[in-house]
Amino acid sequence: MMLNSDFVRVLHVDLTTGESHLQDRHDLWLDYLGGTGVASRLLDESVHVDRDAFDASQPVAFANGPLTTIFPVVTKASATFRSPLTGEYGESNAGGHIASALRYAGYDALLLTGAAKRLSYLVIDGDKVVLRAADALLGMDTIETGRVVRDLITGAGHRSILRIGPAGESRIRYANANVDTYRHFGRLGLGAVLGSKNLKAIAIIGQKALNLPADSRAYKKLYAEIYDRVLHTDAMKKYHELGTSSNILPLNELGALPTYNLRQGYFGEAAEISGEAFAEAELITKRACAGCQIGCIHVALYRRPFAPGWEYESTMVAYDHELVYAVGSLLGLGNRPHILRLIEEIDRAGMDAISCGTALAWATEAMEKGAVGPEQFEGVDLRWGDVERYSRAVTAIASGTSELGQWLGQGEVAAARHYGGADYVAAAGGQGIAGYWTGYAHVLGHLLGARHSHLDNAGYAIDQKLEPYTDEAIVDRIIADEAERIVQTSTAICLFARGVYDLGTISQALATVGIERSADDLRSMGQRIYWERIRLRERLGFQARLEDLPHRFFETPTLRGLLQPERMARLLAIYQERRAAAIG
Amino acid sequence: MPKILTAPRMARCIGCESCMLACARMVYQSFSPYKSAIQVRSRGGLMGRMVAEICTACAEPVPCVEACPTEALTPRAGGRGMTYRKAECIGCHKCVEACPIQVIGWDQQENKPVVCVFCGQCARFCPHDCLELADAEVG
Repeated sequence: MMLNSDFVRVLHVDLTTGESHLQDRHDLWLDYLGGTGVASRLLDESVHVDRDAFDASQPVAFANGPLTTIFPVVTKASATFRSPLTGEYGESNAGGHIASALRYAGYDALLLTGAAKRLSYLVIDGDKVVLRAADALLGMDTIETGRVVRDLITGAGHRSILRIGPAGESRIRYANANVDTYRHFGRLGLGAVLGSKNLKAIAIIGQKALNLPADSRAYKKLYAEIYDRVLHTDAMKKYHELGTSSNILPLNELGALPTYNLRQGYFGEAAEISGEAFAEAELITKRACAGCQIGCIHVALYRRPFAPGWEYESTMVAYDHELVYAVGSLLGLGNRPHILRLIEEIDRAGMDAISCGTALAWATEAMEKGAVGPEQFEGVDLRWGDVERYSRAVTAIASGTSELGQWLGQGEVAAARHYGGADYVAAAGGQGIAGYWTGYAHVLGHLLGARHSHLDNAGYAIDQKLEPYTDEAIVDRIIADEAERIVQTSTAICLFARGVYDLGTISQALATVGIERSADDLRSMGQRIYWERIRLRERLGFQARLEDLPHRFFETPTLRGLLQPERMARLLAIYQERRAAAIG
Repeated sequence: MPKILTAPRMARCIGCESCMLACARMVYQSFSPYKSAIQVRSRGGLMGRMVAEICTACAEPVPCVEACPTEALTPRAGGRGMTYRKAECIGCHKCVEACPIQVIGWDQQENKPVVCVFCGQCARFCPHDCLELADAEVG
């Protein structure tokens, strides 16, 4: 195991036979550390380029990192797979307790191959690894599945339960994997891949003793210093106060909040759905991942009457900026309880809320334009801001019982290819965009980023801050920022703590537990993994092409004005030059 | 007056486990949160409330002290709770069984109990001030 040793311990489970074995990999420890680095390398070694994402032989890899749980806010696990949504590289990161449970179960990484013969759940209880039948859980939603599996497992120790919902079972291509109720491997369809493997859930239980180094003074001192930086400076203030939904109002004022399927960057009802409004009216508590003192998970009380006579039912729903954007402004929904309702329904079905929102937004506009009709969608006639119709639409997508529902379950890019309407998909790289409309770097970041996510390289922040905003500077920042974030995600640090963990601090933290890597070593590692991942992605079909960007991107003004295709082409050409210089 | 650990503001708890990691790190020289004398759990899943399982420092006669066949657990000066001397412990497990609220943990690696030493490290590392090292009332 990575702590107090010099290898990465990989638990490989063959779901077809139920057998498992260990691989202790010094090379991974040396060159990839953990997290993204290790998970992308494991995928690189075992993915079948010539086979479909749902082929049973395809691997899924999970990895925590060398600092998991033992330093503040080091909470993430990375998962890699072939994405059924884009067909190319799939990576998603989640918090909760999964990274920590895996560590205390004695593993640094988990590699799954094969497919179970019947619907099953995997229990990893320290050294005991068992595949159990889950027939009775067929069609069960993510919240109830979590409860049932929790009741079924008996081991003592740190626990984490990953599970998929009905959408994962029916292979909705942006089905997610829910982790410990309020966190997710959200994007790019891990839930569908697990569904294709007949794997309903994974329960991990860990109670291994991991001793501090013999001289632990440097470790304890640095822990306390980082703890104070996390809590007593402004570095992470945004995340524990209003949370990410504090973005809604400022973005809206900048004209950078995607609204009505990105027809505009301004939502008239933004004040109703702002982080401030949620905090004042609905926020009831915050929750944290294991080992994070911030607690960015903002939990709202979704309370609604169900009958006359003051009859109420209530549930606790977590909200974030991306969700409020994707099922709020993007759908013209300016009512907080309505947004919470859609978040909950999408979450219980086990779908990624951003991708579901961008698919619904495209479908609403396609219906307006007559490209599709309610007769193809179980009679659902979508209208901006109408929660009842969107609620029925979520059910129609998750159940896959209508023609349009089936296409939308493959994503708006596939649906637009079938029905027409590719001009107005709000997607780049095959995946719906995150909730910013700031400029070239945001679009380029989505297109070039390994996860096609705003978190890969924070293009939205580059658009807001970079001066001078030249072509070369934009491309170089997109590449450099992603390479640096690879260091953070390879040590399994939550990206919300990136202001606390610069490379020097990461180097110091590693040194306290006996892993010697200078800041320069780490920077080089990030850059090397960046280009290795580009190669892997290209083998899986990734291309960065101007013609794949929708016309919509060039007709809705951003914070940096109206985007010009000619300038975007220049940016892509510069990227190709950098690529050629790095990997030929 | 002896200090005892209290958890008066658990409604503020976010479930971060920082207290457990602090006890393991600062008292038990471990990265593993199970080696912590405070255990924070959710009751009814993450949607339920957070609770802290902690030693409430019994007044004399202290059950774990009574059960201890050696001098590993002795009454604390000033009353309330116990003092733990690891070197005297023979790993008999009787203190765990004797604890009326079952909050003494067990370190399987060392075959010794995990007991509260009333040092307040868990409270020092609680970001929401849920925990407090308070003056004990001695009856």
